[in-house]
Amino acid sequence: MALQFEVVGRFNRARASKLTLPHYVVQTPMFMPVGTQGTIKGLTNSQLEDIGCQIILGNTYHLALRPGAELIDELGGLHKFMNWKRGLLTDSGGFQMVSLLHLADITEEGVTFQSPVDGKPMLLTPEESIQIQNKIGADIIMALDDVVRTTITGPRIEEAMYRTLRWMDRCIAAHKRPDAQNLFGIVQGGLDPVLRDICVRGLVERNLPGYAIGGLAGGEDKDSFWRVVAQCTAALPEDKPRYVMGVGYPLDIVVCSALGADMYDCVYPTRTARFGTALVPEGVLKLKHNAMASDERPIDSTCSCMVCKNYTRAYIHSLVTRDAMGSQLLSYHNLSYMMRLSKDLHMSIVEGRFPEYVRGFLRTQFPKGDVPQWVCNAMEVAGIDISSCCAPVPV
Amino acid sequence: MHVQAAKTVSHILHNCRQSENSYPRSYPPKTLLPFLTPPKTPTLSFRLASAPIKTREPNTNKTKSKVSIQVRLMRFVVTKPSAGAGAAGKARLGALYLGGGGAAPPIETPALVVPTRRGLPSFISRDLLDRLPYPDSLLLHLCPIHFIECPSTRTIKNIGGVHEMVGLQDHFFIASPGDSVESLPEHGGTNKIGAAFETPSGRRLINPKDYMDIISSTRPNLWASLADEVPAWVTEKRNRLSIDRTLKWLDDCLSLDQEKGASTLGAVVGGPNIEHRKKCATEVSMRNVSGFYLGGFGLGESIEERSALLNAVTNILPEEKIRFVSRLGLPEEVLQGVAAGIDLFDSTYIYHLTLGGFALVFPLDILGEAPEALLRNSSNDYTKINLHATIYRKDTSPIVDKCSCYTCQNHTRAYLNHLLNVHEMLAQILLEIHNTHHYLGFFRSIRRALKQEKFELFRERFMESRRVHLMEAVPYS
Repeated sequence: MALQFEVVGRFNRARASKLTLPHYVVQTPMFMPVGTQGTIKGLTNSQLEDIGCQIILGNTYHLALRPGAELIDELGGLHKFMNWKRGLLTDSGGFQMVSLLHLADITEEGVTFQSPVDGKPMLLTPEESIQIQNKIGADIIMALDDVVRTTITGPRIEEAMYRTLRWMDRCIAAHKRPDAQNLFGIVQGGLDPVLRDICVRGLVERNLPGYAIGGLAGGEDKDSFWRVVAQCTAALPEDKPRYVMGVGYPLDIVVCSALGADMYDCVYPTRTARFGTALVPEGVLKLKHNAMASDERPIDSTCSCMVCKNYTRAYIHSLVTRDAMGSQLLSYHNLSYMMRLSKDLHMSIVEGRFPEYVRGFLRTQFPKGDVPQWVCNAMEVAGIDISSCCAPVPV
Repeated sequence: MHVQAAKTVSHILHNCRQSENSYPRSYPPKTLLPFLTPPKTPTLSFRLASAPIKTREPNTNKTKSKVSIQVRLMRFVVTKPSAGAGAAGKARLGALYLGGGGAAPPIETPALVVPTRRGLPSFISRDLLDRLPYPDSLLLHLCPIHFIECPSTRTIKNIGGVHEMVGLQDHFFIASPGDSVESLPEHGGTNKIGAAFETPSGRRLINPKDYMDIISSTRPNLWASLADEVPAWVTEKRNRLSIDRTLKWLDDCLSLDQEKGASTLGAVVGGPNIEHRKKCATEVSMRNVSGFYLGGFGLGESIEERSALLNAVTNILPEEKIRFVSRLGLPEEVLQGVAAGIDLFDSTYIYHLTLGGFALVFPLDILGEAPEALLRNSSNDYTKINLHATIYRKDTSPIVDKCSCYTCQNHTRAYLNHLLNVHEMLAQILLEIHNTHHYLGFFRSIRRALKQEKFELFRERFMESRRVHLMEAVPYS
């Protein structure tokens, strides 16, 4: 175990913590931007530090292809290769293989698929995934899990869940650097509470440094989504970090934090920036819209990032989809927004005003009081009263 | 009182000239500071101590402030007039001051005007721009054609001009029509109504009034008048027409100019015809402009005939006013322009290098190194390296050893090689930073050579080192 997890504030299930990793001390709740190929698209390390990023993700699958795990190892690990001084997390490569490759075939041994580079068949086993992640050298590494989409039903989900546990043992056995890298297990089981429960218990037995809730963020309905998160956070140990994979919508992050999750990752903020969409407290702002061409306000008047302090919507509108600078500036703002969200969540819990913060957040996103039902359900379980945010239901 | 001050200054200058390295660190001496305000008329000239490369404090949270027209005006001073004789006879040193006094140091010329798209460099955002050499990197190009579609001139005006709009209130913008990447002058489409440009959204025609609308709303520090720039192969008739049009449009622009030419660079065209060039230069010199934009270069004339054309123009132009040329981008072309008396260069050399994955590596201390050292085949002696090449896969050295740019201080050739191979935008950002830094360094070397009165030697050595490398048939670039 190479981390220390200290809860520094609570409200019901929600918690704020200080998580000490080999390369950095982070504060949760925390959003982690995705730097797929060893870079966050369009931003330098100095900008990421200015924005307040604490941990960024690298994708094992992409990095193993280019530049290659051996090369990264030879050059001293991914931190040194990128010259990133803060935290790094790598995923197992499993999700990419399944989501990116049509001819992936999952067996007990591992995942066989066609290499996109030369078409040769490749096998990714749990051992191989951990070996690659050991070479890359991130603070947190993820076990190879058998991922199934939540939209699938039937015995495949059960098979995947048990296999995930078996692969977990293989990952643990293959992990050569437990003193420097934290191996997180991933809870699978689809939307079935029974399966999820078995998986949680199985992982907790193995006494891992941290746990992730996987298999979500794949198109399931929101009501099922929050229930799975709630169930898992209730059953996972209090003194270990909890990471909900693939969650990036601000609303989802607020709800999951209220239910007791700590860490999140998603390509959404940076990807949507490249399509000209900015994240704002009210929701999203589509800078490509013609109305933006003469809008002299900043993207977000409550945001103090470099972009909002210096640029108008009109100017950004003239850049988006035309110049690389447009993508850069919007990515800068969107990540600033996510870091500000993370910081606000952390501080509001620490300072004992979490429910007020949640209510403020919801009122800004839903000024007409049309808070979605699933959010209301989730907040009830989280023990946060948001009745003042919801418009009365017409009789 | 002022006469006395002048005597004291020249006395110090005289003493300083005795030995090259005798610039005291505390120059100008504190007792003289009150007298060394920017001159009102370009007659007093004094030399500036060369400063080590400085960068500014990053200024990410600057609040907007509307700056008055007064402060935007720039003044140009020739600080070391041309020697008049020899191959580099017309080369001179100058300084650009921002009007209204203030703390900003002057920009020394010959200088590079960093190209922009809609006011910002292609890849370097304002917080990273702050880390480039100061004050060299304050000088930016502005292409009014970029604003033909959006934002509208009214929006730009409401925001307060280009400085406010792009968050670079302390920078200087020099505007000329067209850029070499995205808004290319299209002489075939130009007619009596306006000048045509090929842009990403098709061909656009712009007349003097629309042009001046953009100028008056963006409010660059200096701007060139609208010109009919024709390539070198047009007929004489077409060439003559381009001069007549350019002069007419200059007068149109001036009549629409609220500052009455105080920030105007009169455009001088004339294609490949020396007589036409001379005629145009003479005409433009008679107008009330603050400087000159030498148009129509870099559009097909050969490097050999260009010298004669440049010199034909600069021979006629008044010495004390600034000269700006576009599209002389390569180092050799810059040296050619400096020798002919040009002060400002806008170059898209950096942009093209960056897009191709190239990084500049040629040594900047041309005069310091022994001639043999320049020609020796070591890793830093090529002009540029192509970071796509596989030899850089595991190269953990910076692009240029001891380069103080953000890229070289933080990243390795191996990382850049990886970024290029996976087509990541960060590659272009880091390369543009390094290449801009390096090219600004090249201009510093030029100015240093001019100060030491060794420009001809500098130019010879530089050209020699380039020729040798071309002949060596570099295997990997």
